[in-house]
Amino acid sequence: MKFIKNFFERTEPLVQKGAKYHWLQSVHDGFFTFLYVPKTTSKTGTHIHDHIDLKRTMSVVVIALIPALLFGMYNVGLQHFKAIGEAASTGFLQMFFFGLIKVLPIVIVSYVVGLGIEFVFAQIRGHEINEGFLVSGMLIPLVMPVETPLWMIAVATAFAVIIGKEVFGGTGMNIWNPALVARAFLFFAYPAQMSGIRVWVALSDADKVVDSFTGATPMADAAAGHISYSAADAFFGFIPGSIGETSTLAILLGAVLLIITGIGSWRIMLSTIAGGAVMGLILNAFAGSAALSPENTVYFGIPFWHHLILGGFMFGAIFMATDPVSAAQTVKGKWIYGFLIGVIAILIRVINPAYPEGMMLSILLMNTFAPLIDHYVVQGHIKRRLKRAKISA
Amino acid sequence: MSETIKLRKGLNIKLKGGANTELEKLPFPSTVALKPTDFPGLTPKLKVKVDGLVKAGDALFYDKYHPEILFTAPVGGKVISVNRGERRKILEIVIETDEKAGSVEFKKADPNTLSGDEIKELLLSGGLWPFIKKRPYGVIASPVENPISIYISTFDTAPLAPDYGFILKDQLSTFQTGINALSKLTSGEVNLGVNSNSVFNSIKNVRINTFDGPHPAGNVGIQIHNTRPINKGDVIWTINVQDVLFIGRYFETGKVDFSRTIALTGSEVEKPKYYQTILGAPVSLITEKKLLNVEYKQRIISGNVLTGTRVKPQMYLGFYDSQVTVIPEGDEYEFLGWADMGANKFSATKTFLSSLFPKKDYIMNANMHGGDRAFVLSGQYEKLVPMDLLPVHLLKAILVNDIDKMEQLGIYEVIEEDLALCEYACTSKIKVQDILRTGINTMIKELG
Repeated sequence: MKFIKNFFERTEPLVQKGAKYHWLQSVHDGFFTFLYVPKTTSKTGTHIHDHIDLKRTMSVVVIALIPALLFGMYNVGLQHFKAIGEAASTGFLQMFFFGLIKVLPIVIVSYVVGLGIEFVFAQIRGHEINEGFLVSGMLIPLVMPVETPLWMIAVATAFAVIIGKEVFGGTGMNIWNPALVARAFLFFAYPAQMSGIRVWVALSDADKVVDSFTGATPMADAAAGHISYSAADAFFGFIPGSIGETSTLAILLGAVLLIITGIGSWRIMLSTIAGGAVMGLILNAFAGSAALSPENTVYFGIPFWHHLILGGFMFGAIFMATDPVSAAQTVKGKWIYGFLIGVIAILIRVINPAYPEGMMLSILLMNTFAPLIDHYVVQGHIKRRLKRAKISA
Repeated sequence: MSETIKLRKGLNIKLKGGANTELEKLPFPSTVALKPTDFPGLTPKLKVKVDGLVKAGDALFYDKYHPEILFTAPVGGKVISVNRGERRKILEIVIETDEKAGSVEFKKADPNTLSGDEIKELLLSGGLWPFIKKRPYGVIASPVENPISIYISTFDTAPLAPDYGFILKDQLSTFQTGINALSKLTSGEVNLGVNSNSVFNSIKNVRINTFDGPHPAGNVGIQIHNTRPINKGDVIWTINVQDVLFIGRYFETGKVDFSRTIALTGSEVEKPKYYQTILGAPVSLITEKKLLNVEYKQRIISGNVLTGTRVKPQMYLGFYDSQVTVIPEGDEYEFLGWADMGANKFSATKTFLSSLFPKKDYIMNANMHGGDRAFVLSGQYEKLVPMDLLPVHLLKAILVNDIDKMEQLGIYEVIEEDLALCEYACTSKIKVQDILRTGINTMIKELG
């Protein structure tokens, strides 16, 4: 181990400004600080600092994503073998490895492209590489359909890191959730390749699908008026969808870790779920209306809590809405922000015919309004302070 | 007996090396020093020259903008050096002590018989005025202002802080004299913040407020906010509990007696306990031969680990400090330190094993444990400040120099020690106290 430290210490003067390898400084610093916590001690202010840092924080989120990732890999295999009619004869491990081979390249492309761009920006800006992408890099693959071409993943990641984050100043400065910016970019730039019935299940041209195979997600089916899933399947995740979003159970396991460690805001998670449930109930109330088409009557009428287990709602509520930088930052603001995300997500999903999934757009919309929500919360706080000052004066 | 005010927000950092309740008297120091750098915002003007002889109570320097505020010698002797730093800034005025030099004689009187102005006069000329600070801003009080009340906190909840009940329990009558003097300085009340079962409950001529809660419940700023918060235009004076003794002794004896009990604490101290010495004593007098003999570097702090000043043995104790903390420096690389399970790592978060299996106390070093980042997480600071305040928004208002916002968000109510826990716990290692002091200086400059 010592030789690694010695190597980095010896090469440190070579990457300083003006030295021969200065262009590698952000790479050097990035790897050095990844392997070794720096020996910097406090110069002003408090003498002791908490052992927590952003690396550990991000690591907790990545660990929380692992259940969804692993299940997603298995599910990719499951959906594939179901589609070609061999689900009964294929073992669990074989399905898992099939999915692993399909998903791992996407994860690798996401991290390589994203971190590569981050290193370049850190070098240009002259600061340490920030850990924000450690989480975004894992989130991007999990919100993509498995058949998304790798080059699209690369372009989307680049777009998300550059336009979604670095342009604003880097980690801590972005308005929108970078992973959702990547997803939205692909959704609007390559709509044909991002929706429909060919993208959710991993099938090559050589595969022969069984007759009953449709390739549609349960949500698309419900929007068309027919219920093709069971609530149990939707909860455990044995349905088609984006790689990480299908298993509500796996996501909830991650949520438990995030809440226990205090890294994820339970307020945002709870209020988002509440908002979705409320909107579901409102839709239920209107399900009997004669003005609705037959498809809509079915869709409006699905039990309100089904919305929580279908599509990307839970994944968005737990992992996307809770991104601390793009969310509301005041305590009161988080309740309002989360609730509105839930309401608008289900609203877009069910009422808007153009968008099958509303979660991504709802979160991006509320990301835009989060500063406004915080502004009014702060104004309320200020007014209360002024009133208290007047009373005691 | 008033109600106990329960404070829920905050954090007690249990560090190794709390002082045992034993008192040892240290030998008389051969040198003492006053450091103008202990007083934020002060521009000192010297009244003595090198080789000048002084008695205890003779003025060493005064405040350029308030010449009546004198800073006097804690002990008599000869001024042997005036140490300066960059741009001739005075760092220390060192006196070679002479135990026989004696003290200036001031008027001895029962404060109850004196008027407020007379007491002010006496405090100023004896050099006792600098012990009185004011809120807002936490600078030395201005003698021409009228405070609406005076607040004193009798307990300190900072890590390893001294137990003032132990230090003052046999000097309560002198403490009472000091209180009587202070009560004449305000038209309002002297508010005493106590914790449960405090020896200070017997003090008269004060309003007793009982507080219960984790650090920073012992901070005067927090106690003010939770009883009668400061609004724009209010002035409240504060003084450290042990310094009230100096005022008491001053009126009882007519002499300047700055003997003080200091707690030597921290994981690097072999036998942490209390020592009796004088204000301005050299650090080495307290720490020499009392620290663990180790190979790694140690950090000596005059004050506590959150708000204290880093010192070396050849330097002197801080004017306001009643404790010396010694911790490991920690200037070493730690392989994959951020990924450690962390059974031995205390944290304000629940991301280390230490939150599942808490220990009695922890060793903490001065390592930053991470690099500087922008604000990323939210909600961390709010959990540690038991005030109706939005600390991050206040800090951001300071960073963009928005004076109106700074005022509206409560810059009058906080000084560094109130937000020090936020700086400790911050994942992004933001320099909270520096930012706050910059904001306070801006307010002083713009609004006076």
